[in-house]
Amino acid sequence: MDTQGAAAPGGAVIIGLDGLDALIKALAAGGYRVIGPALGDGAIIFDEIQSAAQLPAGWTDVQAPGSYRLEQRGDGAIFGFAVGPHSWKKFLHEPVLRLWRAQRQSDGSVSAAADPPPAARFAFIGVRSCDLHAVAIQDQVLIGGADKDPHYAARRGGAFIVAVNCTAPGGNCFCVSMGTGPRVESGYDLALTELLGDGRHEFVVEIGSARGAAVMQQVAHRPAQETHRRAAAEVSARAASQMGRELDTTGIRELLLGNLEHPRWDDVAARCLACANCTMVCPTCFCTTVEDHADLTGGGAERVRQWDSCYTLDFSHLHGGSVRSSIKSRYRQWLTHKLATWFDQFGSSGCVGCGRCITWCPVGIDLTEEVAAIRAGQEHGKR
Amino acid sequence: MARTRRVRLAVWKFASCDGCQLSLLDCEDQLLTLAQEVQIAKFLEATSAEVKGPYDLSLVEGSITTAADAERIREVRRQSRALVTIGACATAGGIQALRNFGNVPEFISAVYATPAYISTLSTSTAIADHVPVDFELRGCPIDKGQLLEVLAAFINGRKPAIAAHSVCVECKRRGTVCVMVAKKAPCLGPITHAGCGAICPAYGRGCYGCYGPADTVNALSLVNAWSAAGGSRAQMHRVLRSFNANAGEFRAAAEALHEDD
Ligand code: SF4
Ligand code: SF4
Ligand code: SF4
Repeated sequence: MDTQGAAAPGGAVIIGLDGLDALIKALAAGGYRVIGPALGDGAIIFDEIQSAAQLPAGWTDVQAPGSYRLEQRGDGAIFGFAVGPHSWKKFLHEPVLRLWRAQRQSDGSVSAAADPPPAARFAFIGVRSCDLHAVAIQDQVLIGGADKDPHYAARRGGAFIVAVNCTAPGGNCFCVSMGTGPRVESGYDLALTELLGDGRHEFVVEIGSARGAAVMQQVAHRPAQETHRRAAAEVSARAASQMGRELDTTGIRELLLGNLEHPRWDDVAARCLACANCTMVCPTCFCTTVEDHADLTGGGAERVRQWDSCYTLDFSHLHGGSVRSSIKSRYRQWLTHKLATWFDQFGSSGCVGCGRCITWCPVGIDLTEEVAAIRAGQEHGKR
Repeated sequence: MARTRRVRLAVWKFASCDGCQLSLLDCEDQLLTLAQEVQIAKFLEATSAEVKGPYDLSLVEGSITTAADAERIREVRRQSRALVTIGACATAGGIQALRNFGNVPEFISAVYATPAYISTLSTSTAIADHVPVDFELRGCPIDKGQLLEVLAAFINGRKPAIAAHSVCVECKRRGTVCVMVAKKAPCLGPITHAGCGAICPAYGRGCYGCYGPADTVNALSLVNAWSAAGGSRAQMHRVLRSFNANAGEFRAAAEALHEDD
């Protein structure tokens, strides 16, 4: 084991399957709540894990619009799949969160108490490049401005990121179009590239931070050679050539905002269910609603924050009713925010090309296809 | 804001199975508090003692299936300051609304030894089709947590926090893997009103639509997706014809399927 040099920030080392297990155990022993991919309900979900044995070895996912299915790969690849139904926002920006409780006391005074933040810091295993960009976008939205969300900050602060470079992009992936992958570039503590074949199964571990280096001191490893680095780069180059979809982003803000009355919005509205699945699975969608509940006596109350969506009727309820009553106006609001007005609001696109909204739409609506249709319709109109 | 007088609560039954009013007795921990906060003036499932009206709040379970009940609900309305309907029978006509699509005299002669003793309407309809209703609490059966929320809201004079969006939102919040996408199971969740907490998908089954239509419904698109996944039109028709068969959008979708055949 080398004790210095390679296992320092900016360096790279090699570990085997046992090393991956040791890494997970070292993180758990270090007080982290370790979350990683695992099989559940016929999909690869994110769950609490204690060892590498819980990772979905040998499984992959086959994704198409409105369709997801697991398949055996025929090899023992640990990370040979793309992103699944869950995203990290499930842990960082919780779906249901009680903000505080209040109780009227016998002397008539009212005491209010916020729920304490979670005790353990998170360690996320297997964060893909698109999702790393999505976390950065939620950082910008939720803690990047003057008003910071303390609940997100408490969960995000100190989260340990073990990223993974994709080897098997899914049928709905288009991170290359969005400039968000497939190779992770920054924002990680450790980044793994799985090398499999010709009798070897090992991981190149790039060290991204001092605490990443510190954890690697507890894991048996050897220094990475130039050949390893080259093999890792090849994995990413191959992944980049296997994108399931493509989105032409040329002038996309102007394209969408200049076509608010395009007939394609009616076409997609005939298919869209306004069910909100796309926004729930999207790793950058951040909207919430708060519900206040008072108990039967009127003496106890609580405020609960929950994921909300621009697809619900109540979301745009102002005095007198909803301002987006048609499905058309809701789909258009979502797509134009994601791909156009997000630039005005947060300085980037709101889409990282993970493809979740395409896979998990029950009727398989594909935003890349919708944008392409608007683009084609517009060019047609110009002629 | 101490209340000067306890709210007088009455519970009424029309054509129904009693399951929804039993949700009230099922409130266990909260039941004693409820009994302190309200005067349970009429609730035959709990006590035969009755306090005469008028009542501050009436919970109405069941649908209207006879001429006598159509008359009785008017009297209930007259005696109630606020009237809340509970359950699929009261809010949509219930499973018994399947009669609306059949031949009632034929059923009667097939089922009863002396059909002449039976006096019934040819339809089963929601309470709101007969009298104004202040709030409709959906479900077959209703969720007791939601019932307590509605009661607390009416007792304290606030709006009930009951969401009208799709079941999918609840499904995703609890992290369930979508059965429609991952298992190709027909699921009514995308067009069904939330409230149950998305129980069925959590057990690997499609949603049965117990809470009726959501705030926005595009049934045609959902039916097209089921059919693309290999569902037969007869199957889809049956799925739409259950507890909420008579609820506007579900009824229309089933009728559209029928017409196509
Ligand atoms: S809009 Fe769709 S593809 Fe883009 S980040 Fe969200 S879920 Fe992923
Ligand atoms: S685009 Fe798909 S997932 Fe999103 S609201 Fe419409 S039907 Fe639901
Ligand atoms: S399982 Fe049903 S309720 Fe859940 S997200 Fe899928 S379609 Fe919606």
